[in-house]
Amino acid sequence: MVVENLADDVKKVVERWKDKEGNLIMVLHDIQDHYGYVPREAALEISRQLDQPLARIYEVLTFYNYFKLQPPGKFNISVCLGTACYLKGAAALIEEVTRVLHIKEGETTKDGLFHLQIVRCLGCCGLAPVITVDGKVYSAVKRADVMEIIAEHSKNHGQK
Amino acid sequence: MKRILIQDTDGNKKKDLRDFAVALTSQLRERNLDGQCQVVTVADLGVYNKGLAARVLPEGFIYKNLEIKNITEIIDKTIIAGQKIDALAFDKKSKQMRVVLRNCGVVDPESFDEYVGNDGYQGLVRALEMGPEQAIAEMKKSGLRGRGGAGFPTWLKWDITRKVSGDVKYIICNGDEGDPGAYMDRSVLEGDPHSVIEGMMIGGFAVGATYGFFYIRAEYPLAVERIQKAINKCYEKGLLGKNILGSNFNFDMEIRLGAGAFVCGEETALIASVEGLRGYPRPRPPFPSVKGLWDKPTVINNVETLANIPYIFAKGGEEFGKIGTEGSKGTKVFAVTGKVRNSGLVEVPMGITLREIVFDIGGGVFENKAIKAIQTGGPSGGVIPEQYFDTPVEYESLQKLGSIMGSGGMIVMDEDDCMVDISKFYLGFCVDESCGKCAPCRIGGTQMLGILTRISEGKGKADDLNKLNQIALAMQKASLCGLGQTAPNPVLSTLKYFAEEYRAHVEDGKCPSGKCASLVSFLIHKDKCTGCGLCARNCPVNVIAGSRQEKYVIDQEKCISCGMCYQVCKFDAVERQ
Repeated sequence: MVVENLADDVKKVVERWKDKEGNLIMVLHDIQDHYGYVPREAALEISRQLDQPLARIYEVLTFYNYFKLQPPGKFNISVCLGTACYLKGAAALIEEVTRVLHIKEGETTKDGLFHLQIVRCLGCCGLAPVITVDGKVYSAVKRADVMEIIAEHSKNHGQK
Repeated sequence: MKRILIQDTDGNKKKDLRDFAVALTSQLRERNLDGQCQVVTVADLGVYNKGLAARVLPEGFIYKNLEIKNITEIIDKTIIAGQKIDALAFDKKSKQMRVVLRNCGVVDPESFDEYVGNDGYQGLVRALEMGPEQAIAEMKKSGLRGRGGAGFPTWLKWDITRKVSGDVKYIICNGDEGDPGAYMDRSVLEGDPHSVIEGMMIGGFAVGATYGFFYIRAEYPLAVERIQKAINKCYEKGLLGKNILGSNFNFDMEIRLGAGAFVCGEETALIASVEGLRGYPRPRPPFPSVKGLWDKPTVINNVETLANIPYIFAKGGEEFGKIGTEGSKGTKVFAVTGKVRNSGLVEVPMGITLREIVFDIGGGVFENKAIKAIQTGGPSGGVIPEQYFDTPVEYESLQKLGSIMGSGGMIVMDEDDCMVDISKFYLGFCVDESCGKCAPCRIGGTQMLGILTRISEGKGKADDLNKLNQIALAMQKASLCGLGQTAPNPVLSTLKYFAEEYRAHVEDGKCPSGKCASLVSFLIHKDKCTGCGLCARNCPVNVIAGSRQEKYVIDQEKCISCGMCYQVCKFDAVERQ
């Protein structure tokens, strides 16, 4: 991906943290807040500006769950896999999303529209099984509903 | 305008409730008081097993064991004259006690002035007057022990760090609350940020630290925002920086964010993470108090521990020491969740029994269900079966039962919860979160999970329970850090108290609670089925077919045993086998 002003963006962040010890995680947080994920180009740039080997950057990036290496989709589908949802068939919902969109957990569709993630518990076990799309909650979802939920969002975006 | 709130919680007494409400409204109408008094049915007043209960507002009187014959008296004395009827009154002695949560919901968390108005920073003033040695002596008097789970005496931790020579020392606040189902620390950070900051400043002063780090999960954005605002305010008011309050104490503070790794709650892994590295634990000793952050002496205290400290210094260590029991002083905050009527945060003095927490405060489990156990300490803790609910809450007593105090998660389980499934759930979490550095945790966890999965699918082997025990003990002894050492606790404690459930899975291929999907099947009884089709409409995989005449049938081949039909059927026509 091409990001304009990437070097400048990274520079701004690095400037803010360069005097502090152990700043790498905080730099990565700032970059992710800015782009929504940590692009490889940004990691390369951080490596140059902090004068740290790239492996050091990725060592940290891949250890922590919070950092994303892929751009999030326009719509983020979260399927809850808490105990309550799991028992009420959430696994089937994940299968269905994968079947319809051809993405697995943590992946984004090629058009960048949908991103699938699995979450531990959304704290609304009474509505199980639950899917959220960008914060909008769909409760007691059945396998057949998945297509409709996806269609609702892709339609809004002017695609079939 | 007066209001009478009638409690509607007990399903068996619906008729009594209705009769009472009708009688009350009609008597009010007869006496032309219906314009001045409103009758409302509410979900819960927190009064349990005391018959029909009601609350009169604005006075706030709570009455219990109400009968229709009491109505005239209530109207005469309370509604008209505003007096309390002592014979009916329910004087709830709250079993809760707010020390850590003293300011939550009371002061505006973003207002420095309100915190100061509530004795804020008085503890710091006293500590600065006392000097470091005296301050640690005060902590010793209070008897406060770490609230992160293990319960190491806080004064001792401070004392050790103080006595280590070094020009630079650090204090870290551990706000990496990762247990699923626990949110005490978030509530304190969000609801009362200044008390944690004050606690950290006192700690820093006592050990001789000049720099403090807040390590907070990035998943708690509001907590991060409020702590940052509070820190900024302290700099503005001169409470942070050089020569604090005219003393020669210099102290700076900053926030470092976690990034979603459960292992970083462990001290040495947390230090690595603050240093900007992978959150790998290191072998101890050397302990962080000797060689911690950037190899300097470092104290790490949990959020709840720090929130206690301003209270100790404002009221005095002896006063604090009066709360709780001999070995465990003060209060503890628990997040009571699961199959309990009122889930939420509770703060109780140490020494209270588990039964009091679950039944008197939590209101017990839902109707028609039997309580089975409670789980404390999250993935590092164990389950405690019902026969031990009269155990007082203390560090040692819980440990003796094979669980731990933990950071404060308390999950209530009823007869529908399968213990094999529960231990699989917790172990699965630890396997996911294991950092992979040491073999016992990495390999042991995965192997145990494999065995548990096998058992829950009915493919368990005769030797499996022994093998689980062996691996668990090896993990406890040989793992590098707390995560691996405690990860087998849920398995060991369920094996200890619910061995027969495991045996039912292995030997009979049955799950007594009907939770393990591969071991249960569902069947619709033709004679009971009314053909309403509710099950078919709710089936997530659409494998129930039929009609009103022919009744409904489940396609056993395709059924995923989710139990939805069993739950929705109004006529008990679905049987679980």
